[in-house]
Amino acid sequence: MDTDIKKIMHVMRRAPHGSIYTYEGLEMILIMAAYEQDLSLVFIGDGIYALKKNQDTTGIGIKGFSRTFMALDGYDVEKLYVDRQSLEERGLTEDDLVVDVEVMDASEIGRLMTEQDVVIHH
Amino acid sequence: MNIGILLKEGPYNHQASDTAYKFAEAAIAKGHKVDAVFLYNDGVTNVTKLGDPPQDDRNVAARWSELAKKNDFKVLACIAASKRRGINDDVLIDGSEITGLGTLTDIAIRNDRLLTFGD
Amino acid sequence: MLHTINKSPFENNTFTTCVRFLQPGDPILFIEDGVYAVQDGNRFGALIQSMLKKNNPVYALKPDIDARGISAVADGVRMVDYAGFVDLVEEHQVNSWL
Repeated sequence: MDTDIKKIMHVMRRAPHGSIYTYEGLEMILIMAAYEQDLSLVFIGDGIYALKKNQDTTGIGIKGFSRTFMALDGYDVEKLYVDRQSLEERGLTEDDLVVDVEVMDASEIGRLMTEQDVVIHH
Repeated sequence: MNIGILLKEGPYNHQASDTAYKFAEAAIAKGHKVDAVFLYNDGVTNVTKLGDPPQDDRNVAARWSELAKKNDFKVLACIAASKRRGINDDVLIDGSEITGLGTLTDIAIRNDRLLTFGD
Repeated sequence: MLHTINKSPFENNTFTTCVRFLQPGDPILFIEDGVYAVQDGNRFGALIQSMLKKNNPVYALKPDIDARGISAVADGVRMVDYAGFVDLVEEHQVNSWL
C-alpha cells in the first residue's frame, strides 16, 4: 500500500465563464489543497485566460473567480505553471496575470506530467 | 490494480459515460478492482433515476446502478455539483450516493489509478 | 505516461497540443471522436508517422474506429479493445486530455 504523498496535477485548458469547467475545477483544487498532497496547477491554451487581470463579470451575471486563484497561496499551493507558447500566442505576459506563475516550455511541463500519480484535466 | 474513475459529463450528450462504463466493465472482467466512480460537473446527472430513455436505447443510469451493485462499488455524485443541477437523494438511483470532494481526494490517494472521462 | 485523446483533430487542437507535451516513449491512445486522427490518408498522417518514429506508440480504440466506419488506419497504429485499454492503464499512469 502506497502511503506516500501523491503528486496530483490539475490541468486548466478552458477559458473561464464560457463553460463551468475551470470554476468547478478550482473548487476541486481548493478541497484537495486541504489534504496536504503534492498539488500543482498547469495552465495551457485558453486555460490561461482564467488568470487574466481586470475580469469584470457583473454584466454577464456569473460570479467571477479569478481572485480565488490568489487564495491558493494560503493553502500552500504554490506550483502554478504556465505554458510559454500558450501565453505568447495570446499576446499576454506574466504581468497580465493575477497571480505569480512559473512560465515553462512544454517539454519541461511534459516532464513534470510524467512524474505525476494523477493528472486531472478541467 | 485498484482503479478510481472520475466522470465529468452527463449521459447521452457525450460518449464519456459510455466509455467509462465499458472501461470499468473490461477492468472488472480482467480481475481489477473498481473502487468508486466519482461524478463531477454535469456528470452528476448520470445517476438520476428519473431518466426514461426509449426502449431500444441504453439506460445509462440503470446500467451504472447494476454494475456498481454487482461489483460492490458506489457511484458517487459530488454534492456541490449535484446541488447546482437539482440532483438530490430523492432522485438517486440504487448504488449511488451524494458525497463531497474530500471523498474524491481519498479515492485519488488510495488507488493505483484515477482515470478521468469527460469532454 | 499514457495520453488519451477524445476529440476530432479537425475540430479541436487537443491532439496537436498534447503532442507538444509528449515525452519520449509516451504512448498515445485515441478514443471516441479522437480516432478520426488515425484514418489513413488524412492530413494528420505525417504527424502520426513522426510520433511513431520518435518511439511514441500510437493506439486507437477499435470499437470507436468501427463505430465510425473507419476502414483504413494509418500504418503503425495499433488497435486495442477495452481490455487492451485496461492493459495500457495498468502499464502506465494516465493523462486523459479532455
